[in-house]
Amino acid sequence: MNYFPDEVIEHIFDSIASHRDRNSISLVCKSWHKIERCSRKKVFIGNCYAIDPERLIGRFPCLKSLTLKGKPHFADFNLVPHEWGGFVHPWIDALARARVGLEELRLKRMVVSDESLELLSRSFANFKSLVLVSCEGFTTDGLASIAANCRHLRELDLQENEIDDHRGQWLNCFPDSCITLTSLNFACLKGETNLAALERLVARSPNLKSLKVNRAVPLDALTRLMSCAPQLVDLGVGSYENEPDPESFAKLSAAINKCTSLRCLSGFSEVAPRCLPAFYPICQNLISLNLSYAAEIQGNHLIKFIQFCKRLQRLWILDSIGDKGLEVVASACKELQELRVFPSDLHGEEDNDAAVTEVGLVAISAGCRKLHSILYFCKQMTNAALITVAKNCPNFIRFRLCILEPNKPDHITSQSLDEGFGAIVQACKGLRRLSVSGLLTDKVFLYIGMYAEQLEMLSIAFAGDTDQGMLYVLNGCKKLRKLEIRDSPFGNAALLADVEKYETMRSLWMSSCDVTLGGCKRLARDAPWLNVEIINENESNGMEQNEEDEREKVDRLYLYRTVVGTRKDAPSCVTIL
Amino acid sequence: MITELEMGKAESELELGLGLSLGGGTASKIGKSGGVGGSGAWGERGRLLTAKDFPSVGSKRAADSASHAGASPPRSSSQVVGWPPIGSHRMNSLVNNQAAKSAREEEEAGKKKVKDDETKDVTKKANGKVQVGFIKVNMDGVAIGRKVDLNAHSSYENLAQTLEDMFFRNNPGTIGLTGQFTKPLRLLDGSSEFVLTYEDKEGDWMLVGDVPWRMFITSVKRLRVMKTSEANGLAARHQEPNERQRNQPV
Repeated sequence: MNYFPDEVIEHIFDSIASHRDRNSISLVCKSWHKIERCSRKKVFIGNCYAIDPERLIGRFPCLKSLTLKGKPHFADFNLVPHEWGGFVHPWIDALARARVGLEELRLKRMVVSDESLELLSRSFANFKSLVLVSCEGFTTDGLASIAANCRHLRELDLQENEIDDHRGQWLNCFPDSCITLTSLNFACLKGETNLAALERLVARSPNLKSLKVNRAVPLDALTRLMSCAPQLVDLGVGSYENEPDPESFAKLSAAINKCTSLRCLSGFSEVAPRCLPAFYPICQNLISLNLSYAAEIQGNHLIKFIQFCKRLQRLWILDSIGDKGLEVVASACKELQELRVFPSDLHGEEDNDAAVTEVGLVAISAGCRKLHSILYFCKQMTNAALITVAKNCPNFIRFRLCILEPNKPDHITSQSLDEGFGAIVQACKGLRRLSVSGLLTDKVFLYIGMYAEQLEMLSIAFAGDTDQGMLYVLNGCKKLRKLEIRDSPFGNAALLADVEKYETMRSLWMSSCDVTLGGCKRLARDAPWLNVEIINENESNGMEQNEEDEREKVDRLYLYRTVVGTRKDAPSCVTIL
Repeated sequence: MITELEMGKAESELELGLGLSLGGGTASKIGKSGGVGGSGAWGERGRLLTAKDFPSVGSKRAADSASHAGASPPRSSSQVVGWPPIGSHRMNSLVNNQAAKSAREEEEAGKKKVKDDETKDVTKKANGKVQVGFIKVNMDGVAIGRKVDLNAHSSYENLAQTLEDMFFRNNPGTIGLTGQFTKPLRLLDGSSEFVLTYEDKEGDWMLVGDVPWRMFITSVKRLRVMKTSEANGLAARHQEPNERQRNQPV
């Protein structure tokens, strides 16, 4: 029952931004549902196959911003065929035909074509922001359409996409009248860049706050860019293979000194280490630093740089920084909230003393008490270290530990790491995302099910002993939304124990586990609201081989809840039961 | 799709037994599908083996038999498909850096190697260092491009076979081409409807096969299976048969 007119309620709803809160509001009563849906501007769809564009538009006619995610997370590691799906075209097409006033589109792990980008650029007069993360299927021609046709473009942010670079003149396609850019990120483009066009574009974009260039932008060009954009807040640096001569270095330093608003720094692939000191003057202002692509910069240079970054909140780095380097981070960066340490050498045959171990992790936890998110790749770990980390940092929201060698035990006691991870889930009551690794038995899942009450996403690899492990998780983690498992001995008993659980989750991924075709078929029968997809190894396999033996283990299973039934765009390597 | 999985991590150190006169007779070890064909010179070396034959390679299921047997050596992380869980974009960057580094180190060493030494060197390299080097392959008439791991191949014949399997065998996505070919495609000798071309570091498009294999893999940026009719512009680079003999890939 409403005591206020609808307009007042709508006004109140306007101040509620979180999509989860808005989802909750819409469940209160019919009236609120109606007011909410008609006023909703931003919609987030975590799985593009859970709903279809027509129903989306039907419910939210005033939509302005749409976020869509396509392929499952493990597609990042080449575990999902390229043609699996996640095509954005039907969405853009439907939005265009319904004349939705789309202003922002954010896509992750979707297949985007040049045609889609062209259609997007021509269909929405007020389009302002395009963010593509880990997408593929398009070329710089598609970018040219966006540049040429989106008159009010503010943001073009391309993160880690696979883009065919035709080295055309897409930067030239921004008309001279385009002066509204606030953010431009093309760091993932592999080809040459028209420097003159880029400089002209930057010069006429007084609101440009974020600029991330690709490798093809050399030092002197960067200097010129920074000179005409001293208002930059976020800079992604290109690459310079040669040591700069003193004059170039001086010019670069001067330009950097003018950028007093600079807070975020990234890029640095193929960079001569001696360029880094040019950035020393702005270290103390930095809140975000991403040197995870800077393979050329050795540990000692990194340490020299980071020790001045006293305000750093986010740090992405390579393990070449070493435990010693992490100790420096721990003592210098007291404001650190998020840390990611990536491996720089995958082979491990070279016994790399410089790489990171449990020592570095413990040091960080002791020094950086505000840390809440960590992604840590290392060669070894101990329970003792994890227990200490849990004690030091009970505020973890995201804890992802990847010990490079599968099944590796505590390197001192040779025991499993159950107790270590158990300590983490027990201490970190707000933990929402967890990735486990190393030698793990069913016990760690008992702990997770028991203590990880807020857990929403869990990634498991090479862990567990029996179905019981997976059951502990499914039964215990009430807020679980995404579960992804690979190479673990969980089978049909675990899969089928509580079919209704999957309705409360976005998706489940299981690859190289013990579930069989028969089990998956039974699941599909018992749960018609799920799409149960079997991804085959061999494209030509299709149904013929699978029909033969229900005891055959399924190589890759991906299931997700959906209100629109079986999708029509699955390739032949995918069988939907 | 599968080519990357099968050809990449597990196969690189095993590939080198093919087509080269190395002793030991390591059977050609090939992934499940889209794998290098066992035809031609390597036919007598071995059958099509699959990942199941190799307990140390591939998924845990296959590995279980090894670990249950007792003391199994720890698996190197680089031998397992899709592991470590690093995004492919980052992984490619990492590998390119390592490749560039080793290439630079080699240049600095500057030794002129004999053919045998070169062979051993390449073997060692594949065993120890660079694992994954995916480059894009597009084919005229096919909407979706593929990726192939160059470091999992040892020669042009290898690569051509992989591409052939990728685009012409059992592939419903290949518009209008499925089932039209019943014999090997011979992408390399100009006798078929298609030729294999590549874009090098300078951005020029060249016919594949003109330079030694190792030089090719350091300079290739991407591949394209082009209709022979369209490749006329590249004809100038196509050398005379006797010249080609001289430049046979090592």
